[in-house]
Amino acid sequence: MSRPDTVAHAEATPGRGQPHAALGLTDAEYASIVTQLGRRPTDSELAIYSVMWSEHCSYKSSRVHLRQFAEKAPPTTALLAGIGDNAGVVDVGQGYAVTFKIESHNHPSYVEPFQGAATGVGGIVRDILAMGARPVAVMDALRFGPADAPDTRRVLPGVVGGISFYGNCLGLPNIGGELVFDPCYSGNPLVNALCLGVMRHADLKLAQASGPGNKVVLFGSPTGPDGIGGASVLASASFGVGDAGGERAKRPSVQVGDPFMEKLLIECCLELYAAGVVAAIQDLGAAGIACATTELAAAGQAGMAVSLDEVPLRDRGLTPPEVLMSESQERMMAVTEPGDLDQFLKICAKWDVPATVIGEVTPTGRLEVTWHGDLVVDIPPATAADGPLYERPLRRPASQDLLREDDPASLPRPGTGEELRADLLAIAGSAAGADKAWVTEQYDRDVRGNTVLGAPHDAGVLRVDEESSLGIAIATDGNGRYCLLDPYSGTQLALAEAYRNVAASGGRPLAVTNCLNFGSPEDPAVMWQFAESVRGLADGCLALGIPVTGGNVSFYNQTGAEAIQPTPVVGVLGVLDDVRRRLPSGFGAEGESIALLGDTAGEFGGSLWAHVVHGHLGGRPPAVDLMAEQRLAAVLTAGADAGVLSAAHDLSDGGLALALAECCLTGGNRAAQPATEGGTGCVVTVPAEPAGAADPFTWLFSESAGRAIVVLRPGAEAEFAALCAEHGVPATTLGVTGGQSLELTGLFAIPVAELSAVHRRTLPALFG
Amino acid sequence: MLSRTPLTLKVGIVTFPGSLDDADASRAVARAGGTPIPLWHGDRDLRGVDAVILPGGFSYGDYLRCGAIARFAPVMAELIPAADAGLPVLGICNGFQVLCEAHLLPGALTRNTGLHFVNRDVRIRIENSQTRWTSGYAPGEVITVVLKSGVGAYVADERTLADLDASGLVVARYADGSPNGSAGDIAGLASADGNVVGLMPHPEHAIDPLTGPGTDGLNFFASILTPAAAA
Repeated sequence: MSRPDTVAHAEATPGRGQPHAALGLTDAEYASIVTQLGRRPTDSELAIYSVMWSEHCSYKSSRVHLRQFAEKAPPTTALLAGIGDNAGVVDVGQGYAVTFKIESHNHPSYVEPFQGAATGVGGIVRDILAMGARPVAVMDALRFGPADAPDTRRVLPGVVGGISFYGNCLGLPNIGGELVFDPCYSGNPLVNALCLGVMRHADLKLAQASGPGNKVVLFGSPTGPDGIGGASVLASASFGVGDAGGERAKRPSVQVGDPFMEKLLIECCLELYAAGVVAAIQDLGAAGIACATTELAAAGQAGMAVSLDEVPLRDRGLTPPEVLMSESQERMMAVTEPGDLDQFLKICAKWDVPATVIGEVTPTGRLEVTWHGDLVVDIPPATAADGPLYERPLRRPASQDLLREDDPASLPRPGTGEELRADLLAIAGSAAGADKAWVTEQYDRDVRGNTVLGAPHDAGVLRVDEESSLGIAIATDGNGRYCLLDPYSGTQLALAEAYRNVAASGGRPLAVTNCLNFGSPEDPAVMWQFAESVRGLADGCLALGIPVTGGNVSFYNQTGAEAIQPTPVVGVLGVLDDVRRRLPSGFGAEGESIALLGDTAGEFGGSLWAHVVHGHLGGRPPAVDLMAEQRLAAVLTAGADAGVLSAAHDLSDGGLALALAECCLTGGNRAAQPATEGGTGCVVTVPAEPAGAADPFTWLFSESAGRAIVVLRPGAEAEFAALCAEHGVPATTLGVTGGQSLELTGLFAIPVAELSAVHRRTLPALFG
Repeated sequence: MLSRTPLTLKVGIVTFPGSLDDADASRAVARAGGTPIPLWHGDRDLRGVDAVILPGGFSYGDYLRCGAIARFAPVMAELIPAADAGLPVLGICNGFQVLCEAHLLPGALTRNTGLHFVNRDVRIRIENSQTRWTSGYAPGEVITVVLKSGVGAYVADERTLADLDASGLVVARYADGSPNGSAGDIAGLASADGNVVGLMPHPEHAIDPLTGPGTDGLNFFASILTPAAAA
């Protein structure tokens, strides 16, 4: 093996060429590294900078915009830790805190769907674990190309299989998420994984290495040659068009997951925390040891000396830069006091988790890494951890006006009952509107025994404490069509929908996380979408009074010049003081009154009706009224608390018609109604004018925001009407639950069995 | 109502590396009135328990074959002779796989038809209510529990299947047809003495309407608390 490039060698050979461009660094970035170090970097240092300064790790194009989340943060007492730590931590009361975060694994999941998606789950779970929390649930927001496209049949089953394989073996319930199809995701699916963790307030861990002499322990799987350059060349670059084998060539940049080791790591870490032997901890994800050492040292304002010879390797042929960059999964790095080391290693041995001291904290303020006794890295860690900062040019594209002028008002609309019925069945049976059980049945929803509501309910709801019945609710939403038409209000609509979903489950919304999926930041039009989206989210969170606690940005989601629709996925976390008061989203008992809350206007821009029935995307997305959303949420949570509601379901894409259909099929239990048990129908009368002057088509298919269906407990009608009046929320009586059909008086009826067959057959027919 | 022993029974729950539903099994035992006792895979010690549950999960990552490594865990060296001597043992899901690998029950579990993991509420019919774990059910009673497994298709040779039928050792069958391709729609089996039971669906996830399909599963854990003579 050739001698590694040492610091001394770098000083002696200033003119030696280095492959910075192949590692994803620009000429200017390379020059900046040389200036900051006062010499050329060694190969190992170049490896560190290339991954740490990648878009994926450094947020170099997004940071100037993301600042708004802090600048516009609403006053709150709920946050114990915020942006910048591995994940935000939210006080949910009774001494409990919840940490949650959503992260993308888009590019790996396209190149190698199974392992890409599996390791996406693994990575976000370690993020949560590093905060000191026990991971308690996962969720996935997925976007694919058209459901019937051949490549979707390669990618989707692989992604779902990978999530199922990893999450199930890890023992974390999967309690919801999203599944969306659109041609814009054909060459670039989105796989966003969310994890939730629960801890006591006192258990919060922060990733800072301080205290010279403290030991740096690497534990978990040995380091191998997988995922090298995952953060830089894979996650921070677009896919080329037609470069044959291009995606295959990037396959070695995808990591391979071992969920069994991750399960052991979880139990091992929780026992280490309980024993009080962890001074600081960080997960190893993107950029591996390079990231963990520089970030731990930079955050603790200390130095760190590391011997790469001590790193357990799966492949003895790895070079120092490869050891630093490897993204081998299921690894953690901790700092422990010398007196605690024996106990630390003993706990790791109990769980069969290999653990090795690879270095210690120093007072030098520098990260020094040796290999076979030679110094191969000697840098101030903050220079790698902070990264460059870009203010990219942004420009509203001219095509935006054409899109907005292409109003769906000119589309032919269904007039007769028969036509309305046909459009509802078309939507309910479309891949977008169909039942997602083919996917969600592959996930373990029930492990750990605390799942109160899972898919297909509006939010995932978990019991946190058996004695007090404290509960939490979480929902993710995003609508690329709305965001393409208007990224500012489209993002606020995603926020509003997740907020509404949490409230419709009985939860009081508390905090926000996000995963911002966009095209290339080097395209001014994409950068404009991104800036508008962030501004919309920050303004929206301020208006709703719930802070952003953290998030993730995924750029370069495009193949060639064709970017995906801007797709911010927004997650909202809420709390239920008594989880027994949760609201399912389906009809349970017969003979209960159904009411519609909120106002309905004729809003079809970006609607599912326009998409499914006409293949149309244009006009304006529905209007946003966040104050109305707040009032609606207040009525929903108060109604749940007071016990006057038996179910609630938010209205979103597909409007009232699809929402009613889903209510008939979902049932009142935590799971979907088993297909064998049919469902509960309803008899609904579309209000006549002048209640908003809306025609039946508008009532049924408009996607006006700020609306929900509620089902009232018998005898609670007057109390609920008073509640709506108190909060100023318009309520319209629609009808009653019961019967074997979804019946719209005077318009049409669909037997629940027919609705069920149409709704449930689509995905199994496509994917087997 | 079930008559209960005056002193609460100690039910050991084994945690292998990769066990996942051990906390759920403990909760179910406690909810039924028993005392759950944690047992560790690496200890050759059953801690004097009156019965043992092998919980669901992916013991040792299910590497090699589900249950194949767990079967050689130190705790199993104590458990296997104790089960042969009559100790009540319930294996749920992965625990069922371990019992088959340990030859405490005949046959084997293989990949579901369709090759997908399936998580669904299922109805099962209790075919044998004479075992130590099912005595609280009426013969033929249909209950709703949770199925969640990828390797849940029961297989055995024709003769074994015929013997199981003839001797009434099939404990439960899927009432609406097998969702995973199990031979004879078999969801659970008992040993010849009825003290060892393996079950693919999870009764411990059906003990509370808040977090499961109902309380139908609770009787598995209540049954064991009744004196053996009543079984």
